[in-house]
Amino acid sequence: MQATETLQQTGIIAELYERFGEDCFKVQACADGIATLWVDKDKFQYVLRYLKPKFPMLHDLFGIDERLRVNRDEQPVSDFTVVYHLLSFNRNEDVRIKVGLVEPDVQVPTIVDIWPNANWYEREVWDMFGIDFSGHPNLYRILMPPTWEGHPLRKDHPARATEMEPFSLDQHRQDKEQEALRFRPEQWGMEQKTDDTEFMFLNLGPNHPSVHGVFRIALQLDGEIVVDAVPDIGYHHRGAEKMGERQTWHSYIPYTDRIDYLGGVMNNLAYVMSVEKLAGIEVPDRAKVIRIMMAELFRISSHLVFYGTFVQDVGQMSPVFYMFADRERLFGIVEAITGGRMHPAWFRVGGVAQDLPIGWEKMVRDFIDAMPARLDHYDKMAMQNKILQKRAMGIGSYSQEEAIEWGVTGPGLRATGMDWDLRRDRPYGGYDQFDFEVPVANNGDCYDRAVVRIEEIRQSLRIIRQCLDNMPEGPYKSDHRLTTPPPKERTMQDIETLIHHFLNVSWGPVVPAGEATQLIEATKGHNSYHLVSDGGTMSYRTRIRTPSFAHLQQIPLISNGLMIADLIAIIASIDFVMADVDR
Amino acid sequence: MSDGMIILFALIVLAGAVGGAAVMTWWERRLLGIWQDRYGPNRLGPFGILQVAADMLKLLTKDDWVPPFADKVVFIFAPTAIVMAMMLGFAVVPFGPGLQIIDMNIGLLFFLGMTSLAVYSVLLGGLASNNKYALLGGLRSAAQMVSYEVFMGLALMGVVMLSGSFNLREIVESQADGWYCISQFLGLFVFTVAGIAESHRLPFDLPEAEHELTAGFHTEYGGMKFAMFMLGEYLGLILISSMIVTLFFGGWLGPWLHPVIWFGIKTFIVICFFVLLRAAIPRPRYDQLMSLGWKIMLPLTLVNLVFTGAIALWLANGGTA
Repeated sequence: MQATETLQQTGIIAELYERFGEDCFKVQACADGIATLWVDKDKFQYVLRYLKPKFPMLHDLFGIDERLRVNRDEQPVSDFTVVYHLLSFNRNEDVRIKVGLVEPDVQVPTIVDIWPNANWYEREVWDMFGIDFSGHPNLYRILMPPTWEGHPLRKDHPARATEMEPFSLDQHRQDKEQEALRFRPEQWGMEQKTDDTEFMFLNLGPNHPSVHGVFRIALQLDGEIVVDAVPDIGYHHRGAEKMGERQTWHSYIPYTDRIDYLGGVMNNLAYVMSVEKLAGIEVPDRAKVIRIMMAELFRISSHLVFYGTFVQDVGQMSPVFYMFADRERLFGIVEAITGGRMHPAWFRVGGVAQDLPIGWEKMVRDFIDAMPARLDHYDKMAMQNKILQKRAMGIGSYSQEEAIEWGVTGPGLRATGMDWDLRRDRPYGGYDQFDFEVPVANNGDCYDRAVVRIEEIRQSLRIIRQCLDNMPEGPYKSDHRLTTPPPKERTMQDIETLIHHFLNVSWGPVVPAGEATQLIEATKGHNSYHLVSDGGTMSYRTRIRTPSFAHLQQIPLISNGLMIADLIAIIASIDFVMADVDR
Repeated sequence: MSDGMIILFALIVLAGAVGGAAVMTWWERRLLGIWQDRYGPNRLGPFGILQVAADMLKLLTKDDWVPPFADKVVFIFAPTAIVMAMMLGFAVVPFGPGLQIIDMNIGLLFFLGMTSLAVYSVLLGGLASNNKYALLGGLRSAAQMVSYEVFMGLALMGVVMLSGSFNLREIVESQADGWYCISQFLGLFVFTVAGIAESHRLPFDLPEAEHELTAGFHTEYGGMKFAMFMLGEYLGLILISSMIVTLFFGGWLGPWLHPVIWFGIKTFIVICFFVLLRAAIPRPRYDQLMSLGWKIMLPLTLVNLVFTGAIALWLANGGTA
């Protein structure tokens, strides 16, 4: 891996060698070129502390069950690996720190004192792998129900319903499950009352009109003032990461659509690009531009839903209908091109599913010509409304430092004045060929988060217009042998390609062993798929890093001390979908 | 009118008010639909008007359920209170010359009293439900209604000063030379705002506030008891609109057409205006609504009162100081 070798001499690896000595580390070559270092369990905290000023964001933290993995090259012995993915904005560089754990001692010190957002990530790893984070303040299950037995992402945990007893919910079990979900303030260190107040505890959700899905947030209330809040997630958990281990590289694509269900093909993009990195596939230009155009259409669609629901949640009834009408027009285009609407599952490893249909230009052009005027109209109707401004300005604000500390990405980060967009700063999939601006706002409050998103709609329109005017000719799919399904024309000519085609379609492609991550600027922030291939037709480990997960974790931080109505505005301005949080 | 005639007329008014409120549920949805680029209920009968009948059938056949944790008696009483209070309010509305159930010389006070009683319904419903959202809704309504009650009454004192009467018929008759919406525009503005707050409709639907409190004070209500709250709300809307017409837009006065038709047209326009407000304006926060009430509305009312009083005195003295 040449990329890794250059990194070793110049990048962060050299700095770490200099500070801690070469013996502390074992470098692993990854297909994505991100510096990946194994560190001993007793030293990794020092390393992370040293790295924090340089790499201020804990981008992701996840586990890998290595026990059944065959192709581990020269990686250190490990039954369970904890991976810390750090990100630096200044250096525009990432680093992955891996800590290997050997049974029966699957325990590692917490890093909550270094990065506060490690809290939920560590709870998830505990929940999914049973890795104990010593010193963690509240190491409870986070995605699975509190009554669950076993740790689902362990390789010995059943993955299919047929491997388990048939499910039944009798009265006894129902009572038990309900009792387990009861909110206990003491568990979270909350007082029942102080000298002059008795607090009310309110379960906002999981069924509530304004929590955008099944999301519970337990509130400690003094009158209508939110004293403290505990977000409770997991009600939308479908085990998408586990499913990745039972689906071929190709047949997993439709599952990704349903991660951020407002993002459509945007989810496909992060996934197929990770697979392409592992497989070494170069995508033809036409496919790149088609992908970008579709992804930007879905960014507009998602932002329109945000816009409408945000305005509705502060009590303005009408705009959401106008925005949904626009979205309907947009879905008309998506339907004409892909055949699907919200979940087209249309990108493929190595390209896209079909070529663009005849007449697509007119549909797209009509849409992007009409939108700017409508956006102006909405701006007058909603964003310039004095009541709305009073409800949103100065509410739920956080600083740039806090945002980075808590892993906030996307428009939520840009609303604090951070000029960072992966499309421009780490152009992927052909974004370097496009002209667009990165909208930024300064106050980091609910209003600014909305302003940034609305401006992004305009920029997306601009990108789509460039796609429209400069759509290259050529194949919509790579002729690499791992492209799925492979181009069919030649299969009728010679037996070799026919065999490849047959195997790739029936078993699915065999992707070379390795690891790769692709970060993309999804609708709501950084989305990434970390894929581990063990040289099989299925992924060995599929890790999905979603922006909403990080964003929900910091709700208490920005809502404490405000009123319930403000909390609703904050929830609306964060723009999450629970499928994106729970996966 | 003879006693028999009065009873008959009262029945007609009741039927009209309830029927009007029922049709309003459909009309409001249609109107909102038109303003929001969609259809609204348009399937059943001509223009979908039979939707009203379908809705009523549905609500009537629903299980009459009282939550086991609620205070049963109060829980059932609460929704009836608002309907009764609002219906009584119609007793003093002058629909035309001589077309009034009771020609009371304190008609205006009676109207204010009846609308104030409606707050009990919301408050008791919220408390009796024994539900946290309902409780918050009830609390909000108590604070909101009590504070808006204050200048709702005060806003009308200007009209009383100019007409020299609390009698609604006389107030209408005194507008023959000019409607009070011109001289009392401040009063009209404050009364309209207070009226929305009083009938707790968007933008001032804080006791209900779907996005915050799921359904606020009536979270636990279903079937006919829920329908009673809705009926009360729409009756309130019609009542407030007809009061605005009576006090500020010359009631039944108007050329050519029959007075009752004039009254109907004017009230209808005001109702549509209320629906438009609902479609257009976001909901302020609870504390913002309170400070709007006490810091802007109340001073405005008082200024209006002082000026109107001074001018009325000046006019009474023959225009010389």
